[in-house]
Amino acid sequence: MLSIRVNKKTYRVDVEPETPLLWVIRDTIGLTGTKYSCGLGLCGACTVHLNGKAIRSCLTPVSQAAGQEITTIEGLSADSQHPTQIAWREGDVPECGYCQSGQIMAAAALLSRNSTPTDADIDREITNLCRCGTYARIRQGIHRAAQIAAGR
Amino acid sequence: MTTQGMSRRQFVVTTLAVGGGFALGISFSEKQIEGAASSSQISGRPWESLAGKSDVEVGPWLMIAPDDTVTIRIGQSEMGQGVITSCAKMVAEELECDWSKVRAEYVSVNRHFRENKVYKRLATISSSSVRLGRPYLQQAGASARERLMAAAAQSWGAARTELTVKDGVITHTPTGRMLRYGQVAQKAAAIHLPEEPKIKTPEQFTLIKKPTKLLDVPLKVNGSATYGIDVRVPGMLYAAAKASPVFQGKVKSYNADAVKNRPGVHSVLEFGGDEIEAGVAVVADSYWHAKTALDALTIEWDEGSHGNDSSEEYFKNSRTALDDPGAKVVTKKGDPEGVLRGASHVVEAIYEVPYLDHAVMEPFNCTAQVTPDRVDIWAGSQNPEDATIGAAKITGVPLDNIYFHNCFLGGGFGRRGNQDDIRQGVAIAKQLGGRPVKVIWSRQETTQHGHYRPMRTSRFRAALGPDGMPLAWHTRVIGMDENFSLGDQRSPGDDEQLIRGLHKLPYFSQTELFDYHLRKSHVPTGAWTSVGRSQNEFFLETFVDELAHSIGKDPYRYRRALLDANLEFPFAKNWIQVLDAVADNSGWAKQLSAGTGMGIAIGDSRRITRTEITICATVATVSVSKEGRVRVERLDVAMDTGPFLVNPLAAERQAEMQAAMGVAATLFQEITIEKGRVIQANFDTLPLLKPREMPEVKVQFVRATDNPIAGIGEEIIGWVAPAICNAVFAATGKRIRSLPLKNHDLTAA
Repeated sequence: MLSIRVNKKTYRVDVEPETPLLWVIRDTIGLTGTKYSCGLGLCGACTVHLNGKAIRSCLTPVSQAAGQEITTIEGLSADSQHPTQIAWREGDVPECGYCQSGQIMAAAALLSRNSTPTDADIDREITNLCRCGTYARIRQGIHRAAQIAAGR
Repeated sequence: MTTQGMSRRQFVVTTLAVGGGFALGISFSEKQIEGAASSSQISGRPWESLAGKSDVEVGPWLMIAPDDTVTIRIGQSEMGQGVITSCAKMVAEELECDWSKVRAEYVSVNRHFRENKVYKRLATISSSSVRLGRPYLQQAGASARERLMAAAAQSWGAARTELTVKDGVITHTPTGRMLRYGQVAQKAAAIHLPEEPKIKTPEQFTLIKKPTKLLDVPLKVNGSATYGIDVRVPGMLYAAAKASPVFQGKVKSYNADAVKNRPGVHSVLEFGGDEIEAGVAVVADSYWHAKTALDALTIEWDEGSHGNDSSEEYFKNSRTALDDPGAKVVTKKGDPEGVLRGASHVVEAIYEVPYLDHAVMEPFNCTAQVTPDRVDIWAGSQNPEDATIGAAKITGVPLDNIYFHNCFLGGGFGRRGNQDDIRQGVAIAKQLGGRPVKVIWSRQETTQHGHYRPMRTSRFRAALGPDGMPLAWHTRVIGMDENFSLGDQRSPGDDEQLIRGLHKLPYFSQTELFDYHLRKSHVPTGAWTSVGRSQNEFFLETFVDELAHSIGKDPYRYRRALLDANLEFPFAKNWIQVLDAVADNSGWAKQLSAGTGMGIAIGDSRRITRTEITICATVATVSVSKEGRVRVERLDVAMDTGPFLVNPLAAERQAEMQAAMGVAATLFQEITIEKGRVIQANFDTLPLLKPREMPEVKVQFVRATDNPIAGIGEEIIGWVAPAICNAVFAATGKRIRSLPLKNHDLTAA
């Protein structure tokens, strides 16, 4: 039995300690906003926050998350009003949308550390893959989210 | 183990709603509509009806609530192209409702079959959602509008001619009295029109043509959009599946005992059958348990007769086939072979392009529950109709008792129209005594069991006269595995996929021959964005570039001259307009720094079985480093819109998607067959375009023709590869005749 906190709720999960956090979140707890795409940490669709830092949950054993604070896309804001979510809606960023939970979590983590990221910062920090080519909109979305956060 | 899934009662309620397909007197709580605070106008589970107990159907396509909310039903599948929004717009354009009050849900596939295909067609393929859907969607909206107007007219004892409507509010002009749609819907539902109204022509559009925000976006920023892989139903098991690595192979043996006692494992079973690759699945209480057990299972395969096949061998055989006799002739004008034999200036080139995978972000999956009397399937499909028919064949359950619940698709690109995911999922579920199971393919399985864009080889030969104009032009194509079926669009045995795009030369040539050979392999193939055209479009637009350069002519001006001279080509002037636009926008012929080049390509996505076209031209600006690394800096796209685009915003996004897909394919993607199986596995060996590799994409819409265009879903990608490679030539002097670019040495001499 392991105890993890996801979106400020405590869950006791009966899983093997080496189970990737991704599958505990999706199958055991039932939060499916965090996605499986490659399973090798190459694409970032599985990005969640571990104590506020972006991690790829497909490569993180759940044992590493024991007693830590996990935030998934569902817990990023109470009402979908995180600056990234507002900016993503404004800019119609998602196409198929499958990568976007990961993109938003990566962007939110960046903005929490750097409130005015430059294009070079984004190049370096946001490496999540997208098959539908929304990269330009993601970049614009991050800049817009920074503006929105500053305007508050 | 702690789980949070749907309660059984919730599940039962959902099922009833889907089964009924229209207002059933069951009221759904706000929780059904995820992210309500951000006003999503679609349920996170798009197969669920949003119907409340007071929603009234005014025809099968839409419901109206007392508060004037309009719920429009969508027959096509959302995969990021914005089809839900576009289809809703086509209905709403005629309905004259308040767009801010529009919601959308998928049609009930079950009802479609029960009511004699009431929703016309449920395939999302062939750039057809607008082209084929618009007439009946507009009609559905117009019909509902007239019934509502008639209801108001009846209420007032007034004549229809005295009424106007705007944003769902009907006004009796002489008196100023008003009624809202919500107030007359009940009455309208019972009205039969003596005559169906005419639909609007494009000049009358007020909602169509406007850029419109996508209705599904709010669901995709908070995790509430349900893709097939996310589906959870009570009592659900999970399965990890592995099909024969060599296509058409069989399962020889496996030792289920080795994994049966692993945690959570329920069973180990085989699947196979008609149009189902044979394989083994481990069923367990979670995907991780299933997957790790499957990985631990040693399976012996009977590889069949293709265990030594390779794409290297196929390419070799295709080159040989270029000289095989008996090529099938598609087009012949005059005696080009004779002219070529005697000509002094001949340009000849052989081109080769590889198999390509769709690389959808959402790995393949299917959730299914099979009982003797009923089948439920949850998956993202581009063809729920075919999926249902396939399920009926496998289970023997009649169509009326099959419920296909369509989801959001995490990428389609043609891949989710083959139904192999559905057939396998149903075949597995059929063995589980009525328990639902979610089957997931790992990324590796998804990559290695695709339905690939076929590889293709061609040889082009042209003779040029002293003025540079073609005297003869012989195109020969060697196709592989083109005879896959595509739902309602064609039947197998038809070679149309192979010859589209080349069957009529847009460029002038005094004599002309186009012929082909079709060869087969055991590799499964299917529709990849633009189906049979991307290969031919690379070939043609590269070759005409080679012709231009062989006589020192600017490739933009040369194309212009060949179009201008082709008096048999009715759209030559329209092409020239689009070509001029892209040359202008891109700053063609401006001085570029060393190592940078621009390349141009144009086409109209012509198909033999379709008269509509979409003229599109692209200029790629590319830089090539001294070490031979290619960077696509910018893609300028000029696209004819015809009299309208349903949603210009969606069209722009299509250009961005097709740019990304085309650039990745051109720079570094290929599917290689060795020992009868696909070598590539995950995003390390089949890379996606990285953020820094995305070019700037600038789209300009041009009005070049007066007829509605063919579509936009596949009409841009074909010119990305040749524009890039033509630019590489301009930058380096190296001509690219095979893809991807990573296989070429472009280091500076």
